[in-house]
Amino acid sequence: MEFFLISLLNGVTYGLLLFMLSSGLTLIFSMMGILNFAHASFYMLGAYFAYQISAYVGFWPALIVAPLTVGVIGALVERYGLRRAHHYGHVAELLFTFGLAFLIEEIVHLIWGKAAVDYRVPGSLEGTLFTLFSTSFPIYKGFMMLVSVGMLLALYGLLTRTRIGLIIQAALSRPDMVEALGHNVPRIFMLVFGGGAALAGLAGVIGGNAFVTEPGMAAAVGSIVFVVVVVGGLGSLAGAFVASLLIGIIQTFAVAIDFSVTDMAAALGIDLAGGSNLARLSISQLAPVLPYLLMVAILIFRPRGLMGARES
Amino acid sequence: MLEVNDLHAFYGKSHILHGVHLTVGRGEIVSLLGRNGVGRSTTVKAVMGQVAARGSVKYQGEEILGLKAHEIARKGLGYVPEDRAIFPDLTVRQNLMLGMKSRKPGGRWHMDDMFELFPRLKERADTAGGVLSGGEQQMLTLCRTLMGDPDLVMIDEPTEGLAPKIVEQVGHFLSEIRKRGISVLLVEQKLAIALDISERLYVMGHGRIVFEGTPRSLRDNESVRKEWLEV
Ligand SMILES: Nc1ncnc2c1ncn2[C@@H]1O[C@H](COP(=O)(O)OP(=O)(O)OP(=O)(O)O)[C@@H](O)[C@H]1O
Ligand SMILES: [Mg+2]
Repeated sequence: MEFFLISLLNGVTYGLLLFMLSSGLTLIFSMMGILNFAHASFYMLGAYFAYQISAYVGFWPALIVAPLTVGVIGALVERYGLRRAHHYGHVAELLFTFGLAFLIEEIVHLIWGKAAVDYRVPGSLEGTLFTLFSTSFPIYKGFMMLVSVGMLLALYGLLTRTRIGLIIQAALSRPDMVEALGHNVPRIFMLVFGGGAALAGLAGVIGGNAFVTEPGMAAAVGSIVFVVVVVGGLGSLAGAFVASLLIGIIQTFAVAIDFSVTDMAAALGIDLAGGSNLARLSISQLAPVLPYLLMVAILIFRPRGLMGARES
Repeated sequence: MLEVNDLHAFYGKSHILHGVHLTVGRGEIVSLLGRNGVGRSTTVKAVMGQVAARGSVKYQGEEILGLKAHEIARKGLGYVPEDRAIFPDLTVRQNLMLGMKSRKPGGRWHMDDMFELFPRLKERADTAGGVLSGGEQQMLTLCRTLMGDPDLVMIDEPTEGLAPKIVEQVGHFLSEIRKRGISVLLVEQKLAIALDISERLYVMGHGRIVFEGTPRSLRDNESVRKEWLEV
């Protein structure tokens, strides 16, 4: 029971972090039709910026400044990079974001080296929030949850309660018509792209110290976020939310489960001890495969994702 | 107030408009007629900055060709596309709000005017735009554009696929617009309402203007009607 509750909390924390990334990615996709391969690079930049800023002025200013900086970089990338690539079609845009991802990775290598940097949870957030029977839940995980939920509510409020949110929602289905009604759609694109990058940056700030801050983090998280967006349905915010939590929880549980097929068979009274190595792998060893397995299954049985509207 | 001269438009490499010219004066209703595929929609889209074009488009004396669609809209040009382009997930009221160019209401039209013109929209104010019937969507898209307080509206085939009763409502709506001093460029295929309400008409064929004149002169010109309009 305690294992279940703690794993669930961990899973939700991770899932909410994934949503901070996938929400931006999916908004950008449905609006501009761009699958932004560099999205997780903004996550990485958020973590590195926070590490650097923390070193000078501490974590709290970094929590604000790092995502804003990443957001500005995102907006500039849209304005001076993507908007030009757009004239040459979707393939050019795709290649542009691909190149950007590599570029950011190389820049990170140059500045911070290839090894992980020592970006730590701030002292004031160290320690245990509460202990359930014998398992403890750290303060920092609680803090991550707080920031994510706050972000989620802010995003929801922005999209549903403000005029700019209404314009964004309309531009999801018919950007051409929104522009013909006199709204500056290119500027909205820039804001959404910048906002998405800032969200990813924020995820990096609070995820980089909870997990690890290294040049490989973008690729690692990027592929999971990609899975989330496909499973949820390309372009669907609600889908991205459900899929983020689902994958966050599945992965957290799987990592924590130590059984193997052999153990399970044994529990049923079947002896597989002499069986294949595959049967001896524990679920936790299979954990990294599960999201991709889910993605492939979704693509086969429900290609538009859990809640997607678009076919493809 | 709108002067189009020697307009050429392209989709990729295909050359669709071959030097279209037309004018719309203040307070005038002008119709652009023609069969399917002759380039009427393309003309309107080129004026609106949604299709790559060459030539000249002057609005109130100012060259607007090459401006972005949102800049053109803000000069006071309204556009109602033939596919209506309702925002399906937003409510009728939200669709109308998006027609406004700024937060504050102002200009000639208020949401209540729209509800008065089309009481049906009021009944459905909180319904998602995507579930409205074709006729209701047509009313909504017309009203949405008016909420932006344009001085000239370009309306692409507003009566296509609508029941006669609703076509009549659309005609009523157009005369209401004119009463408030708004000019209209009406794209139509059927002669019906165009002959009744237009001051002048243009007929297009293969990317060119092949006839221009008054409703009376078109009524009298059987050869133009036979060659370029009737099927
Ligand atoms: N997006 C597009 N790409 C390529 N060709 C197009 C595109 N849109 C229209 N065309 C072509 O341009 C020509 C003119 O089309 P347009 O939509 O202007 O016709 P129309 O007079 O409005 O007729 P209707 O609305 O009845 O189809 C047609 O031959 C059409 O096939
Ligand atoms: Mg047309």
